[in-house]
Amino acid sequence: MIKNILNLGDAALYCDFGKDVNRETNTQVIRYFKSIQKENIVSINNLSPSYNKLIISFDLKKTNFKDLKKLIENLNITNEDDLENKKIEVPVCCDENFALDIVRLENKLNLKREKIYENFFSKEFFCYMTGFIAGMPFLGDLSKNMRANRLETPRVRVPKGSVALTEQFANIYTFESPGGWNVIGNSPLRIFDSSKEESPNLINPGDIVLFKEISKNQYENFNE
Amino acid sequence: MSKNYFQVIRAGINTTFQDEGRKNLYHVGIPFSGAMDKRNYLLSNKLVGNKINSPALEFAYQGPLLKYFGNKINIAITGDVNFRIKKKDITIDGNCYQSLNLEDGDELDILSTNKSVYGYLAIGGQIDLKYQWSSCSTNTKAIIGANDGKKFKNEQVINISQLNNHLVEKKLNYLNTKIENIRIIKGTNFDYFSDKGKKIFLEKEFIVSKLTDRMGMRLEGPKIENIIDTNIKSEGLIKGVIQVPADGNPIVMLSDHGTIGGYPKIGVVISADYDKLVQLSPGSKIKFKQVDLSSAENLFKLYDLETQNLISQIE
Repeated sequence: MIKNILNLGDAALYCDFGKDVNRETNTQVIRYFKSIQKENIVSINNLSPSYNKLIISFDLKKTNFKDLKKLIENLNITNEDDLENKKIEVPVCCDENFALDIVRLENKLNLKREKIYENFFSKEFFCYMTGFIAGMPFLGDLSKNMRANRLETPRVRVPKGSVALTEQFANIYTFESPGGWNVIGNSPLRIFDSSKEESPNLINPGDIVLFKEISKNQYENFNE
Repeated sequence: MSKNYFQVIRAGINTTFQDEGRKNLYHVGIPFSGAMDKRNYLLSNKLVGNKINSPALEFAYQGPLLKYFGNKINIAITGDVNFRIKKKDITIDGNCYQSLNLEDGDELDILSTNKSVYGYLAIGGQIDLKYQWSSCSTNTKAIIGANDGKKFKNEQVINISQLNNHLVEKKLNYLNTKIENIRIIKGTNFDYFSDKGKKIFLEKEFIVSKLTDRMGMRLEGPKIENIIDTNIKSEGLIKGVIQVPADGNPIVMLSDHGTIGGYPKIGVVISADYDKLVQLSPGSKIKFKQVDLSSAENLFKLYDLETQNLISQIE
């Protein structure tokens, strides 16, 4: 449930679902997000679900904070389990040309790379949110022994397709972009496709992701 | 090739097609985009009799040099812009907020924006463009929208599929004013900052840095000290949010911002001041002034009323 609704500036509601980042809290956020989306409220411009927050930005010409807050508070949120958890397999090549930060991770985590990859590929990930850059999925949760901080100095350019870790999360760079996550491989799979307007993101909040290791040869001959 | 078109001789620094932007895609990771200075964008289209939400060319600092081929066409430029029209035997200095006719072979040379950043060129007619999610706005970061998601290049062409019928020349008396005081509402992490940090934020002057584009505006000045945590759990952003990373220098999110961020939010620029904010060029001074929510709402009503007033002067 929403713990608190504040205003973020004069044209957005900031809905707080509690401090903790876990699947239960995030599932609540996603439920609210989907329920509000279904209502097609014309004054709403955008919905931003994240780990434990939902930001609702609106058109100040059509409504205001007070009125929209009331509307959201009185909304019927379906509590049934209507969230379909799509399972998606993402191929990753861990060739050392792609695994830009594997040495750093070995040192930071005090684990051999074989162990890091074994842990990574045996895990089922949950998509908490998508964004920052178009289509980028934030996937959790890495076990405690796999958690490392961001790079001290972020890269100016992280290659497209990079699969990277930080703290309890993994993500996939859908575009070349600046970034500070620890890159361990690269996926040839297209995660964001702007030509599919209905559903441009392959991975959406609530989905389950499994990474599968592929060879350099399979990577090069990858055909969607 | 269509009969009426512009040849881009010089692209300018950052020329893109923009309209009102795209909605309901933050959750996918796609920002609003659209014209940075909404009012000037709107006025440019109104001056040439275009429909609401028609595409216009947005340029920054130095605009494009365009050569026109085709039947007589109506154009208008808004902002604080220096430009000239070169006709066969005469060169005319152009005035903003006035619709003008171009004829076959005329050149439109948009030299510069004057102590501001963005200007708009509206073309009286329909431009042949690709729409994505009901908007032509170019987002160069996500490579979406018109012009293959890219900024203008030299030698490209702008095809006009249909010209507007009436070529009535219209004029508006409007002066862009520049403001240093930008009004803000306290952000959701305002209390992450020390008393001294809050005071600095609300009382001291900042300078707009060179690292400023359609995504964000980085500011330089006295450092704002954080006493809780320099990171928050990543969450949504909206345009106008002012984040303060560990280095203590504020960054204001602008129309092409990343949709998720993990730095504390010290404030949010009020909607009424956004158009003025984006026009502050690198080196400009900026001071933040705090207002409450109801004042911000009233100021927006006033802003909207002023805009409607200007539009009714044109119509």
